[in-house]
Amino acid sequence: MSPDSPPETARARPRRSRAAILAERALEAVIRLSGVSAILFVAAIFFFVLREAAPVLVKDQFSLAQFLFSTEWYPTSAQNVRYGTFALTVGTLSVTALAMLLAVPFGLGAAVYLSEFCPPRVRETLKIVIELLSAIPSVVWGFIGLTVMSRLIVQTTGAPVGVNLLNGGIILALMSVPVIVSIGEDALKAVPDSFREAGMALGATRWQLVYRVLLPAARNGLLAAVLLGVGRAVGETMAVLMATGHAVHIPTGLLDSVRTLTANIAAELGEAPAGSDHYRVLFLTGTLLFLITFAVNLTADFVVRGVRRR
Amino acid sequence: MAIAPAPATGRFARTAHVARKERAELVARAVTAAMAAAMVLPLLLIVGHLVWLAWPSLGLGFILDVPSRGMTDGGIWPAFVGTLYLVGISLLVSTPVGVLAAVYLNEYARDNWFNRVVNLAVINLAGVPSIVHALFGLGAFVYAARFGYSILSASLTLAIMTLPVIIASTREALASVPMAFREACWNVGASRWQTIRAVVLPNSISGILTGVILQVSRAAGETAPVMFTGAVFYKSVERGNLFPYALTDQCMALSMHLYTLATQVPNVKESLPYATAVVLLGSVLLVNATAIGLRVFLRGRKKW
Repeated sequence: MSPDSPPETARARPRRSRAAILAERALEAVIRLSGVSAILFVAAIFFFVLREAAPVLVKDQFSLAQFLFSTEWYPTSAQNVRYGTFALTVGTLSVTALAMLLAVPFGLGAAVYLSEFCPPRVRETLKIVIELLSAIPSVVWGFIGLTVMSRLIVQTTGAPVGVNLLNGGIILALMSVPVIVSIGEDALKAVPDSFREAGMALGATRWQLVYRVLLPAARNGLLAAVLLGVGRAVGETMAVLMATGHAVHIPTGLLDSVRTLTANIAAELGEAPAGSDHYRVLFLTGTLLFLITFAVNLTADFVVRGVRRR
Repeated sequence: MAIAPAPATGRFARTAHVARKERAELVARAVTAAMAAAMVLPLLLIVGHLVWLAWPSLGLGFILDVPSRGMTDGGIWPAFVGTLYLVGISLLVSTPVGVLAAVYLNEYARDNWFNRVVNLAVINLAGVPSIVHALFGLGAFVYAARFGYSILSASLTLAIMTLPVIIASTREALASVPMAFREACWNVGASRWQTIRAVVLPNSISGILTGVILQVSRAAGETAPVMFTGAVFYKSVERGNLFPYALTDQCMALSMHLYTLATQVPNVKESLPYATAVVLLGSVLLVNATAIGLRVFLRGRKKW
């Protein structure tokens, strides 16, 4: 090509057809819509559950104070119907508290072991076991509580019935441990290695490193792990339905039967005629549960985000 | 590795302090290891115990048979096939929505307040108790949408319930594709979607599949959400019939069948609920193990 020949015209850029571009736009709109669907679903859950519950809120005989703070739950009484969920709330809280009392030390201990002490090969195996453990369906846990655990409890404590607070607490603890371990391990792993190196350089043993450096540094992540465990325990239905017995009263000991908010809905929804007050109060209980778990999850998220910002 | 024993006296003798901290170290290792072991043990004991008690009933015939003598004997076929229906249909709904949502969150969303709200919504959706999902399914699908108590209502409820699981696992798979892959594709003039289709999705498809498989096991085990939206105590079905249900029918489900056998049916054959539990647990663990195996296998083959 001689230098004085006229410059070649720039080759025309290949263009995509209008249809292809439109199709891509449409697809991206669908993607965006799917992206925000999570918001829609959360809002829809709240809306539809509250919608079924709402008519009872404006009724004269219904009082919100009684619903929240009365221990008298007599939904099918002929003369004097009372819908007090306080005993159920206490049931939920006591089972959850017991479960956490058992699950938190074990969960965090196992998380420390996995993240700091454990040889890599054992860690891989343990993580698989944890994943399998967390996959066991809640109805199977409930069945275990109802049969195996209840027999064990009757044998060892001499309690008249094996399905009680202790049983539900142990089952729930076993169910929430995997959550606590996996999130807790993530939190410990997220502590920068320079922290570990600094500690080692000062002659700290692994354990000194764990409780002097890593636990304080991963405090927020570990707290979030515990909160997510709490969220799982509060919301658990089938396992507590089958394992805690069915007495609506405030428990005075570990071997008392209790009933939780979730189990109460599951046990009575089938019998409450659609549209009745009883049915609506159960939906109101659902709304309450939704708000509780919403608050717990939101707190856990803020706690975790506090870590990231630092 | 052999270490010469430290001399008992002299400059490098172990002081009381060092001895104490090493002792503490040993104790801590043992205690935390025991705590980890205490987590493994229940899994083995529980599975072993259930299989032991279920043994008299277990067998392929048990899965293929229909319940007999007022559900006190026989097999679990209607429940087994019902669970297949529920899981399959919920999967058809939640997989596309979940994968696209993950694509949005990982590939399109900027870090602004709106997308933080979307993220929060996903987290909260994952935390909504299963019984609240059941109430939602009852209020929205059974009554408001007039689907009635049906496989359709139950599957849609399950689909929404498992959506956050799919979103989370798909996002993880997408995020593991290196940014450089996308940049290379953009640099040759590809649009965002072309990049996603030609580069991001093919490189993360295995991870996405693993997430979908895990979702199968979660959906199969759920009880409360299907109990009030479409699953029933008993439904007459022919032995081994693969297509006994229509979309608007009610069906039996394995998880609910276990609950029914354990709590509602009197004089049930001793090993029957155990065998049902073993089949449910076995299918769930098998599906999970498949997903884990697939993940380990694919991680080994990854080129970057």
